[in-house]
Amino acid sequence: MHEKTLAEQSKALAAGEISSVELTQHYLGRIETLDPQFNSYITVTGDQALEAARQADARRAAGDFNALTGIPLAHKDLFCTEGVRTSCGSKILDNFIAPYESTVTANFRDAGAIMLGKTNMDEFAMGSSNENSFYGAVKNPWDIKAIPGGSSGGSAACIAAQLAAGATGTDTGGSIRQPASMCGITGIKPTYGRVSRWGMIAYASSLDQAGPMTRTAEDAAMMLNVMAGFDPKDSTCINKEVPDYTADLDKPLDGLKIGLPKEFFAEGLDSGVEQVVRDAIREYEKLGATIKEVSLPNAALSLPAYYVIAPAEASTNLSRFDGVRFGYRCENPKNLEDLYKRSRSEGFGEEVQRRILVGTYALSSGYYDAYYRKAQQIRRLVREDFTKALSEVDVLMGPNAPTPAFDLGANTKDPVSMYLQDIYTISLNLAGLPGMSVPAGFVNGRPVGLQIIGRDFDEARLLNIGHKFQQVTDWHLQSPTGLTA
Amino acid sequence: MAIDRKEVEAVAHLARLSIDETQIERTTESLQGILGMIDQMQAIDTKGIEPMAHPLDAVQRLRADEVTETDQREKLQQHAPATEEGLFLVPKVIE
Repeated sequence: MHEKTLAEQSKALAAGEISSVELTQHYLGRIETLDPQFNSYITVTGDQALEAARQADARRAAGDFNALTGIPLAHKDLFCTEGVRTSCGSKILDNFIAPYESTVTANFRDAGAIMLGKTNMDEFAMGSSNENSFYGAVKNPWDIKAIPGGSSGGSAACIAAQLAAGATGTDTGGSIRQPASMCGITGIKPTYGRVSRWGMIAYASSLDQAGPMTRTAEDAAMMLNVMAGFDPKDSTCINKEVPDYTADLDKPLDGLKIGLPKEFFAEGLDSGVEQVVRDAIREYEKLGATIKEVSLPNAALSLPAYYVIAPAEASTNLSRFDGVRFGYRCENPKNLEDLYKRSRSEGFGEEVQRRILVGTYALSSGYYDAYYRKAQQIRRLVREDFTKALSEVDVLMGPNAPTPAFDLGANTKDPVSMYLQDIYTISLNLAGLPGMSVPAGFVNGRPVGLQIIGRDFDEARLLNIGHKFQQVTDWHLQSPTGLTA
Repeated sequence: MAIDRKEVEAVAHLARLSIDETQIERTTESLQGILGMIDQMQAIDTKGIEPMAHPLDAVQRLRADEVTETDQREKLQQHAPATEEGLFLVPKVIE
């Protein structure tokens, strides 16, 4: 049953071939047996999952159901889930039982989907390798010596290891697309404002966006149908009608104009990754697409601009963790300042503290114009580049990351070398545009995805483009060996 | 604009972080590396360009000034490190 896609599981539930309780039990068994080697889950919510599965079966029996009723899913551990530990991968929230439910997880709960558990991640979503988790690194199911990518590495790994057919992720600088690419699964970051951020523990509020991670584009479309939509509780959520993302999956691609940003194929790109991406683009030509080179002249400036804006916003957002109202508090504080400082320094990991320091510095008196304002100006230039390129073509295509998944520990010494992992993904977050990764091949046995970038609110088009590729390739159907439980 | 050890200590205080004496050197070095990368921004002239706060240039919505949230103090305080009579407890601030 775990080999089946989410769409196939939905059909099997509808046909009565399996119950949600059976499906949920099956996954819980697999997680117990297989996950110790991958560490993709932080918390498994077995009892709640089985209870929810019983209710889902009752709903189906009563005729009150939709495509996701009874489908087991995993949620990244930065979505608040009422009554369940929500750690955000951090010691500071290790004891935090969320008192409310995020809009995204509430939407899934109301649709009757089952939460199997909460997935591992880089602490506060800060990282590109999932090595920054208080709960230990996640291992790539394709090669346990390799990182799964980050920050949604647990969600990506659990899909690749078939420990859930669908998972939620979040993407602030590539945190859905890069791990999806490295774990050989499908992931889409919607347009900023498409999905509510309410109840997501904030990293960089002007960049954060949630999206689905699945094996196929069709599955991602089914999940996005439940995730997307206006929410008055998120002040930056856009009030715009949500299409049925599954409706146009099969639309022919004749005449599709694909732009290849030349900056995405420049120095620094691994030749194996480039080969995989170019082969994928050739498939699109066979499907009727035409190719054109385009330019994003300010793309290289995305990296410095991002590493001002994201840490600046993070330093502000993370000021709420003070050891007073919730979360970790240090032992025997001498006074209030000692309580703040030690609770935070003992509770936050190294990378989180580093970004808080960078952000605090950038926002400190006298530096605002040189850093934050400058970065916001560059942000506009980056978006204008995309707007121009996407007026010449329908979508852009390129790699998600310069290399395939690297070995655990390979980039932990130098933060800047880790940040370079985000070079092809962060510009989209700055521009607010939707982007997707679909499995496109392998380099030395490690998966590589193709990144597809669209115009604002073009998620349906991206999913259609991903789906058509998956009709003529089988990269998304391949699975790592040694996964039988 | 290379950051020095003294500035790192000042910024850490602003951020209410305590950096271990043995780690200051290392932290300063890694911040220098990051700020060096960030300084690439200075290579481009951005005079006259409007800073972009929201990708779709959306503005904050207004709502009616009505009570929408009910009191949930007990529920929200149940996971606090220390409370008494509905208040959060911290070490004594005023002697």
